[in-house]
Amino acid sequence: MLTAILALGTLAALFGLLLGYSAIRFRVEGDPIVDQIDNLLPQTQCGQCGFPGCRPYAEAIAGGEADINQCPPGGDSGIQALAELLGVDPKPLNAEHGEHTEARVAVIDEQTCIGCTLCIQACPVDAILGAAKQMHTVIARECTGCDLCVAPCPVDCIEMVPVERALATWKWPYPQGEHRPIADTGS
Amino acid sequence: MVDLLQQPLDIVGGLRLAANKAQSLRSPLRAAPIPERLIVPLGQHIGDPAEASVEVGQQVLTGQVIGRSLNYIGAPVHAPASGTVCDIGDYPVAHPSGLKATCVVIQSDGQDRRAETGLRMPAALAADPADIRQRVRDAGIVGLGGAGFPSAVKLNPGREVELLVINAAECEPYISCDEALMCARPEEVIAGIRIMQHALQARQVVIGLEDNMPAAFDCLKRGLEAVGETAIRIMPVPTVYPAGGEKQLIYALTGEEVPSQGLPADLGIVCHNVGTAAAVARALGQGEPLISRIVTVTGAGVREPCNLEVRIGTPIAELVAACGGYSDQVTRLLMGGPMMGISLTSDRLPVIKTTNCILAASDAEAPAPAAARPCIRCGKCAEVCPAYLLPQQLFWYAHARDFDKVQDYNLFDCIECGCCAQVCPSHIPLVQYYRFAKTEIWDLERQRARADVARQRHEFRLERLEREKQALEARRAAAKKGLETREKSGDADAKKAEIAAALARVQARKSGQAATPGTGAPDDSANTSKANR
Repeated sequence: MLTAILALGTLAALFGLLLGYSAIRFRVEGDPIVDQIDNLLPQTQCGQCGFPGCRPYAEAIAGGEADINQCPPGGDSGIQALAELLGVDPKPLNAEHGEHTEARVAVIDEQTCIGCTLCIQACPVDAILGAAKQMHTVIARECTGCDLCVAPCPVDCIEMVPVERALATWKWPYPQGEHRPIADTGS
Repeated sequence: MVDLLQQPLDIVGGLRLAANKAQSLRSPLRAAPIPERLIVPLGQHIGDPAEASVEVGQQVLTGQVIGRSLNYIGAPVHAPASGTVCDIGDYPVAHPSGLKATCVVIQSDGQDRRAETGLRMPAALAADPADIRQRVRDAGIVGLGGAGFPSAVKLNPGREVELLVINAAECEPYISCDEALMCARPEEVIAGIRIMQHALQARQVVIGLEDNMPAAFDCLKRGLEAVGETAIRIMPVPTVYPAGGEKQLIYALTGEEVPSQGLPADLGIVCHNVGTAAAVARALGQGEPLISRIVTVTGAGVREPCNLEVRIGTPIAELVAACGGYSDQVTRLLMGGPMMGISLTSDRLPVIKTTNCILAASDAEAPAPAAARPCIRCGKCAEVCPAYLLPQQLFWYAHARDFDKVQDYNLFDCIECGCCAQVCPSHIPLVQYYRFAKTEIWDLERQRARADVARQRHEFRLERLEREKQALEARRAAAKKGLETREKSGDADAKKAEIAAALARVQARKSGQAATPGTGAPDDSANTSKANR
């Protein structure tokens, strides 16, 4: 009886120590699921989901505070990817948060710009270049098309235009017509 | 260690197609007239387009650089004829998207005055390989077989080269430009091959052609004997489409397989097109950059099919005119062959460096695609796939837009030869699905890269805002602390004394003003002068 208790007690202590050691030795910094969700988000930092950026939204999803269908820039493919990652059913985009649009880029009408710097302060990725009372311009390559600079502009000189199609980034369209593979032996 | 086989192998899969090359080989190779207007796209190769280095209105000479390339993977563009630059702008080019691309338009003066290019290298076979590569690059030479990869990059594989394969196995039906070149100018081809061998320091060289080109074989053989070259082997491979695919030809000649998603260089092999070799010989031998190429103009839709030496930038309509014009059978115009060519919507598009064939096809030659039916899983596509793929699985997943799965089935090993679609009894446009999936995956990768940059910039911005906030707080704290310390340290009395002194001064001034207005203390005069100002 006593040997059994002793043996089990020793084992428990050993495993306890082992677990305690590994908890310290193999500690994972941060929450990996948040990183994984964040990796699937489009990083426009537009805030349409109701959170101040993509990472806060990822944290909210991981914490169960937000649904996976609140990201209009990610669109259906983004929702699909999130659903696969989290093992839940995909659902249509929540229209309350906006609609999925083609990729866009902000363009400043440099003739109208008064150099107020409000858009520079609004840009989440520092993609607007300029100084007080100097003309501003958007670095198109860095612009995520988030729309956040449009509202603060006091002279309405910022326009969102669709990204120009270029030969290098052209995509073959999905083939026209119904080419359904036979789905199952029943049909 | 790579060795050539004694007897070349049959490629895996593939199709035996009617060659249809005799039509265009009936008449000898000749030069097409220089058109009045040449439209020269600045992006004719893989990699970023060149940058225009001329201005509208400028006079240019034949062979003068009109587009500079700044990237390693790139090629300059040269004026194909002398004349005046009349426009630099967006023009339609031969691309499945129908999008426009930046082109330099040259109004030819008809005199074809040549520029001194400085490309000539009389002793190329004794020169430094790096010098040769630089000149090949300066000559704007890209792979003329179809892909248009800058040749100078391929002459620098970064490892020892065992075998240089010269790809002359023009496997696609109708196309005969390489065969015409080998028959007409074997000495140029051989000179180019020797320069390439020297540049690569390749141990062995082989010219791989199909066994249905006896005339080209004989011409090359005589050419090799004439210069006493014994190290270059000519090997005919069985005529099966697509034996001219790079990986397929290497397999047929050596029995080695290029690894999945790998390069021939991984095996110590480099493969160049035979037309590219001739272009190298022209550049280094005669100082002529890549301003022309041989184009097969064929099909039942043209009256006199033939091979033409064409200046880059010549509109396709001019080529057809040089071949006697359209016949009444023409229904479709293709750039490239019937298997891999792209449909053209207009014949005003220019010939570019990679244009090997213009096929004016009749209804019988390029029938309209039949209505597709569901896949019945017959497996014929897998039998003919030269890349050991499972086309029906690729189709299944591309159709479902499952881009992870489609890559698990090695989509990127597909060479888009079209064999699977050709044999499909359900007429499913399989290659279109693979192209769709490939470009979609590349687009996702680009988006991911952009998102990573955006995330980094956003995080950096948050960090910066935080830093600024902390700096502000630190400044405020410091100011507050300074105030407190001053209050705390015993100079409260000093402050009181200061206030008392100020009060006394005011008192004194008041009394002084009452006594002698106008003249008083120097303080006062200062005050009045201030007031008067």
